[in-house]
Parts: sequence; structure tokens; C-alpha cells
Amino acid sequence: MVKMSSTREGCGEGLVLLGEKNKKVVVLDADTSCSTKTDMFAKKFPHRFFNVGVAEQNLMGIAAGLSLTDKIAFASGYSIFVSGKAWDQIRNVICYCNLNVKIGATHAGITVGADGATHQALEDIALMRVIPNMKVVVPCDALEARKAVFKIAEEVKGPVYFRLGRAAIPMITHESTPFIFGKALTLNEGKDVTIIACGIMVGEALKAVEELKKEGISVKVLNFHTIKPPDKEAIIQAAKQTGALVTAEEHQLIGGLGGMVSEIIAKEMPVPLEMVGIKDSFGESGTAKELMEKFGLTAKAIAIAVRKVMKRKKKIIPL
Amino acid sequence: MTNKELEKKANQIRRDIVLMLLESGSGHPGGSLSSTEIMVALYFSVLKHNPENPDWVMRDRFILSKGHSCPVHYACLARAGYFSEEELFTLRKLGSRLQGHPGKDRKLPGIEVSSGSLGQGLSIAVGNALGIKLDNQGQRVYCLMGDGELNEGQVWEAAMAAAHYRLNNLCAIVDNNGLQIDGCLKDVMNIEPLREKWNSFGWHTVEIDGHNMQEVLNAFKTAEKEKNKPTAIIAHTIKGKGISFMENVVGWHGKAPNKEQADQALKELSF
Repeated sequence: MVKMSSTREGCGEGLVLLGEKNKKVVVLDADTSCSTKTDMFAKKFPHRFFNVGVAEQNLMGIAAGLSLTDKIAFASGYSIFVSGKAWDQIRNVICYCNLNVKIGATHAGITVGADGATHQALEDIALMRVIPNMKVVVPCDALEARKAVFKIAEEVKGPVYFRLGRAAIPMITHESTPFIFGKALTLNEGKDVTIIACGIMVGEALKAVEELKKEGISVKVLNFHTIKPPDKEAIIQAAKQTGALVTAEEHQLIGGLGGMVSEIIAKEMPVPLEMVGIKDSFGESGTAKELMEKFGLTAKAIAIAVRKVMKRKKKIIPL
Repeated sequence: MTNKELEKKANQIRRDIVLMLLESGSGHPGGSLSSTEIMVALYFSVLKHNPENPDWVMRDRFILSKGHSCPVHYACLARAGYFSEEELFTLRKLGSRLQGHPGKDRKLPGIEVSSGSLGQGLSIAVGNALGIKLDNQGQRVYCLMGDGELNEGQVWEAAMAAAHYRLNNLCAIVDNNGLQIDGCLKDVMNIEPLREKWNSFGWHTVEIDGHNMQEVLNAFKTAEKEKNKPTAIIAHTIKGKGISFMENVVGWHGKAPNKEQADQALKELSF
């Protein structure tokens, strides 16, 4: 049976490993440590953990101040509140000063579930990737989240936004799978079309591959864990190699992964592109599975997008 | 420096502010002039710092939360020897290290952090103070805020946290000149009773005449002696202090003097 876990748990484990290795790591939370899983770090390193209460703006300011005393400050909270309520603090202090603050933003996307629309961050990739100096990482499973947090916090200087989920999802990568910041990971080779996915949608993309294989469509899959800085080469290469792209994300179609890919291919290598994601709407209460069905974040929706893009690809008359 | 020398320095800094703003053609004189004694006391008496080694690890930290008052900060830094006095006249010009609001990206020596978006400095100062305590070091952290700035909710989040963590190495100074952009604080958004607010948030609070050098110095000394709490110095000041036509006039919050006005101001500031 496939192991199930959430990316927030992977992050919590990564922070404990990091805390053991590097004494400069401090972790902050805004009264959500049991949910964000920073409680694991808090139990092990209580003197290096600061719970600032329900105050995301102050959370970011204190993290900034700690980083200015040569600490690696990891500030954690719900993605909707850290990316929204504290956007000015992140933009004007953390990013403008290029401070060594890492943001662990959990409960991203619609799969937060029953808590409903006020708690479902569907705009955070857009909000974060538009800020200069900010880097954005969306792990596809708990293992990748653990590796990403462990490696990036030490290796990548300046602000990084980790987008993490609440739901337990199947493990896709293995202990031996390399995680390289800024490099997309090819999970499946194919020649007809490339699915570029991040987060929970990577698993859905792999399911879609199986369905499409039956129809004789050969699909390449890229796990695009680093949204910013984007692996441009991987996108251009995929566009050249397969001639059509589909993006899949648990985020608004505006400004997210699909937006980023379209910005790049429009300039570098225009090919037909279809995007799977939230279509300019808010979410609602329900189970993660029900919501993914309702909002079209499924392998089935990806397969439909693939068929559509294949038709468009065929219509292009070679010069 | 003696009190007399510090007062003389304050006068020189006020002249710098007038000349800088005349050259730049825009900027914020009112809040720079109201906080001049506080800034002079800090940079020429209170702070343990080294202008020749601005990143000295053991330095006390100064966070200018009211970023628009950067002319007084820039002038103090230049006069303390962080960079040349001539550079003051690049204020707000293209390519300058002296941005309209402080930008850390410009690497101007002595600027700890960018500021300009109000309400954020105290949180950063709390982070500084926590980091210093974590390393068991003795540096102190100072944060200058405007009184209008206290309208921002984040200030009170930070105030709560500073008392919670018993940050006795932290000192906040409120430049209480009573005016904000749209008018008097009591008309736009009343922040009184101020002393009671800081006290009830768990701070040690001191109230002073922010233009009396001896009172300013004494307040900083009292703050250093506090063992359990952060200290808030409420400095009663006059916006535009030292220049008759600017004093207590809202319109001089963010406006540069013209040549004639600057000449008049310099005449009034002659020592």
C-alpha cells in the first residue's frame, strides 16, 4: 500500500532535522503550531521556538528581526493569512531587504476542505511570486517537502515561500529521489504532450497518464516544485519536444503555475497550452475529495485538457 | 559630549535637514525636526556603535520605524561618520543611497532595515531583541515611532509580544508631536490615553519633553536600568521644531521649503 502523508508533516519533520544540524535555525508560529506541525520543532528545541499568537503581521516582522541577528528564521502559519494578511510585511521588509526568512505556509488550496473559502488560499502563488527576491516552492508529497525544507533553508539565501497542504496524499517520490531547487523533476517520459504540475496535482497528473496511455497518447510529466525561479529550460525543452502543454495546479488559473508557464512560452516557444486550476472563483466547505471533483482538480479534468490541447496541436499547419 | 555640545549638534542636524530638503525639492521636515533631539542623543551619546565598522556584531540596533523621517537619520549618520556629508545632498535623487524612505538594498552604512510602510519597525525590533537574548549578548535595541503610526494595529501586536518576552533590552520612543497627515491626532484618530495604553500592555513607560536634552538622556538611562520590561519613552515634541513657520503646522509634514523659506529657516537656526 502507498504511504499517505501531508506536505505539512513533511515540513515539520524537515524542520526537526534542520534544527539538529543548524543551531541558527529558529521557528516561529502564529498559534497554529499543532496544525502546521511546527510543534515537532517546538518540543525538541523550545528555546528556539517562538509562538507569537494570532498575529501574522507581527510574525513576519519578528522573523525579519531575528534574521537580522544572523538567524535562519522559519515563520509558519496558514497560507491564506501569511500570504494575505502579512503581504505588506513580506514585501516591504522581508523581500525588499532580501532577508533570510523562510515561510512555511500550510493549509494551501481547496483541499483544506470543510473550513471553507475563508481558509482556502487559492491566490498565494500569485501573491508571492510577483514579489522581487521571493522564491516559491510547492512540494508534491511529504518526502519532497521534508527534503525541500531541509535543503533550501540552508542552501538558498533570502526569502522562500513553501506552499504546503493539509490533506494526507500518496507518496510519489522516494528517499533516493533527488530534490534540486529550481530544477523540474521528470516523473514520466512521453512525446505527445507534457503535463506540468505542482503540489497535489502531480499525483493527479500521473493518474491521467495511465488513462491516456489506453488511448495511445504518450504523456511527459514534470513535477514543477519550484515555481520561482522557474526552470525555463525544462519548459522550453518540453514545448519543443512534445509541442503541447497542460498545466495543473490547486490555485487560481490567474497568476499561478499556468500563468508562469504561459509567460515563458509566449515569449520563448509558443505552443498550444491548456490550464487546469480554479476558474476565478472562491471555494466552499466539503471534503477534500468532493472539492477536487467539484472544482475540476482531478486526473479526469487533466485528461480532458490533454485531449483538447492535442486537437489544437493537430490544427497547427507546419510552415 | 556635554549637553551643550549635543544641543549644538541638534542645531547642526536641523540645518542639514533644511538644506537636504531644499536640494531634493521634496521630503518630510515636520517629523524629522520633532525627533532631532532624540536622534542626536542616540547617535552622539546613547548608542554603542562604530561608524567605521557599521556591521559590528556587538552594536546596539536602531530601527527607524517612521521611515519618512529619514532626513534626520541620514543627517545623524553622516555627522557621526558613517558616510560623507556631501552625500546628504543626493537625497531622493536617482541612483542615490539615500532613498525617499530608507532602502536596505542600497547598502547605506547604518541602515539596519528598510522602512516606510508604517507600523512595522517595532516587530522588527522585537525580533532583534529576541535574537540578541538568544545569543546571550547585551546589545540594546531602540525603535523610533511616530504617534500617528500608533494607529497601525501591528504596533500593538508587537507591544504585546515585547512585554510577553520580557524584552528589557528593547526601548521604543514615540515622537508624540500630536499631528498626522490629515490633521491633529485627536481629530483624525485619537490615540490617548497613551501612557496608560503602554502601561497596560506591560511596558515600563516614561514621559518626557522630547526637546529637553537632559530629559531625553535621563529617559534612556532609566530604560537601561529596567530589568523585566521593555521601555516606552513618550516624547512630547513639536512638529517642525526650531523653525517658526513650520512649528505645529500640519502642512509641513511632507513638503520641502523653497529657497526663501530655507533662508529664513537657516537664519532662525543660526547658533
